[in-house]
Amino acid sequence: MAEGTFGNPEIIEEEVDILLIGGGMACCGAAYEAIRWMEGTDITIKLVDKAAMDRSGAVAQGLSAINTYLGDNDPADYARMVANDLMGITRDDLAYDLGRHVDDSVHLFEEWGLPIWKTDENGERHDGSKGGALLKDGGKPVRSGKWQIMINGESYKWIVAEAAKKALGTDNIQERVFIVKLVNDKNDPTKVAGAVGFSVRENKIYVYKFKACLLAAGGCVNLFRPRSVGEGTGRAWYPVWNAGSTYAMAAEAGAELTMMENRFVPARFKDGYGPVGAWFLLFKAKATNAVGEVYMDKNKEMLKDYPPYGLAAVPASCLRNHLMMHEMKEGRGPIYMDTPTALGDLAKTLSKRELKHLEAEAWEDFLDMCIGQAGVWAGENIEPEKKASELMPTEPYLLGSHSGCCGIWVSGPTDLGAPKEWSWGYRSMTTTNGLFTAGDGVGASGHKFSSGSHAEGRLAAKGMIKYVKDNKDWKPELDTPVEELVADIYQPVKTFLEHKDYSTAIDVNPNYITPKMLQFRLQKIMDEYCAGVATWYQTNAHMLAVCEQKLGVLKEDAAKMRAKDLHELLRAWENYHRIITAEAHMKHIQFREESRYPGFYYRMDYNFVDEKNWKCFVNSTYDKKTKTWSLKKVPHVDLVSKPTAA
Amino acid sequence: MPTFVRTEKCDGCKGQDKTACMYICPHDLMKLDKDGSETGHAMKAFNQEPEQCWECYSCIKICPQNAIECRAYADIVPLGGSVQPLRGSDSIMWTIKFRNGTMKRFKFPIRTTPEGSIEPYADKPAVNMDDLDSPGLFTLKQSDLKGDKSQLICL
Repeated sequence: MAEGTFGNPEIIEEEVDILLIGGGMACCGAAYEAIRWMEGTDITIKLVDKAAMDRSGAVAQGLSAINTYLGDNDPADYARMVANDLMGITRDDLAYDLGRHVDDSVHLFEEWGLPIWKTDENGERHDGSKGGALLKDGGKPVRSGKWQIMINGESYKWIVAEAAKKALGTDNIQERVFIVKLVNDKNDPTKVAGAVGFSVRENKIYVYKFKACLLAAGGCVNLFRPRSVGEGTGRAWYPVWNAGSTYAMAAEAGAELTMMENRFVPARFKDGYGPVGAWFLLFKAKATNAVGEVYMDKNKEMLKDYPPYGLAAVPASCLRNHLMMHEMKEGRGPIYMDTPTALGDLAKTLSKRELKHLEAEAWEDFLDMCIGQAGVWAGENIEPEKKASELMPTEPYLLGSHSGCCGIWVSGPTDLGAPKEWSWGYRSMTTTNGLFTAGDGVGASGHKFSSGSHAEGRLAAKGMIKYVKDNKDWKPELDTPVEELVADIYQPVKTFLEHKDYSTAIDVNPNYITPKMLQFRLQKIMDEYCAGVATWYQTNAHMLAVCEQKLGVLKEDAAKMRAKDLHELLRAWENYHRIITAEAHMKHIQFREESRYPGFYYRMDYNFVDEKNWKCFVNSTYDKKTKTWSLKKVPHVDLVSKPTAA
Repeated sequence: MPTFVRTEKCDGCKGQDKTACMYICPHDLMKLDKDGSETGHAMKAFNQEPEQCWECYSCIKICPQNAIECRAYADIVPLGGSVQPLRGSDSIMWTIKFRNGTMKRFKFPIRTTPEGSIEPYADKPAVNMDDLDSPGLFTLKQSDLKGDKSQLICL
């Protein structure tokens, strides 16, 4: 076929056994594990990333800590911590399984060249370039909390990607192709058989057929109106390129989602959204209201409203927000991180050299993972030893790997005593046969972070290899003709080319909507009706009904998105994925008649935690033909002992 | 802090089809204006959607001409500060300039091995296909998994 044009793209069809969708930590882990198990077999694999693996996914910018490294901790304690932080409703089987595997990935990172801070025999800390014993040989990490270790992580993703790329080989990697739809099997709709996407660089559409795929394309950002709406729109706390693709594509392929009502509203340094973990945990700083009162102490009684989650040594993240917002709503804002007092206290016991090192550590925390915050401090003349910095709860984010637990319902391990309904054969497979997920994709767990997402990708890789071997003679067939898939993907281009000359202003035309305006509409709807920052994260059944109606119309209008170039086609499909994800979020909040996550969102018509009726998972499925959702309760079971409310 | 390209420094990566910044940007923001029709500066790159910039600095760090810098989000940050890195093979140098002129410089390690030196499977165990369906990873035997199983109350 001749070279494609914008209006008539070239179609490339390929068949592999395993397709990895995404290039972040999860898919890098999956690639590393899978290739080893594939040696000596004829199994084939391909990784497709919408960006470049060296800097794709949530770790693109780097990180200043690895938040999940168990060390001497027991996986049962890890499962307890995950459950408490997420208000009791998590899958212990998934958390425990992750906890017993995750350190192996961290040991690989260190071996590959990631500098990990160490504590020497005198208790002094050193950055990761000073040598010393490796973690796996007994080297002591610098703990910034029970589960976190500090790193010099500017090149974290670069390093992890190098290992994955070498394992895969260049021929098995396709960068700058955005997969936008999964395709079910023609003869068995319970199976996934393919995926389609397009190049953002060339006029090419890619159609893949496969036996199994790992869908690990991150969480969802910018589905709510962000606090900054100018250039600052991009300064999302989680990566702005996480567009809900994982949840939307899985839902459309029939996979059951879980806990999509969950969200994360991190309390971070205002505007730059820089990390606070090291300030709280390593530098022992306190957060205060405007008059210097420590609101976590002052409002401690409020935690008693939410036993047992508020009574743990570290209360659930949402409850910490709950106490902070109480101060703001009572008129005692702004909230500050008291950095001068913390650094002043530390200075009393440190030498000049140690103090200099401490200052560098504080700045590195931003420069490794959130450079924009350093920019805010530079522009605002904030030197942390002299001036406190404002904190603020952000707009809501949907994710399954950080302090959130929305995602897809997956088959778990079989040896931990979990109910048989939690395991239907292949580790990490969704309820759609052949469709696996990891990282932000796996729901009802959380607190995996970068290392856990890598480890979870590795677990999924083993499951996929087993699935492929068991289905050796099965040939995937797409349930939709390729021409139809192509027409669907390129509809925004066709719409643009057909109507572009109707008006003289390219962006104002009654025949289409730009992806940007569609995103603004989505954000406005979610912000105002689905418990965004505009209403202090509050909603009720009436507001949700309006939200549902408006999202329905928005979904209709999404069919009229235009794409004036390949870049805009990327944005069009990202925003389509955001709408489906937003709809799932709204439906789940509507279904769950309680406020499970005070501080993240409030159902004002059910403003309490209802352990009796709602200590259960909520799972949903989407019917792509009728475009409707079905929701149900799924019983929750503890696999490790936990404190009770009494 | 949307990134911007210094006109006098950018060489469009010497007329290659794809610039380094285009290659690396995770959000597909950097674009080469081949004929100058979009910016007035032919064969130079630009940030085509600054309000979608995450300030991850990937383009700044990779630019072979050091032609890319940041100007803090205008809707948030007062003018006059800057944060500029110089990324080497084993460390990164940062220069931070405050609005009031205060300067800070930091250097941090970024990796302990030479770039490109990773041998993913060197000295790693081979797999045993019988273990495929068991817990563990190819570098982590099932017998080495951590965890006191008496903590699992449903077993």
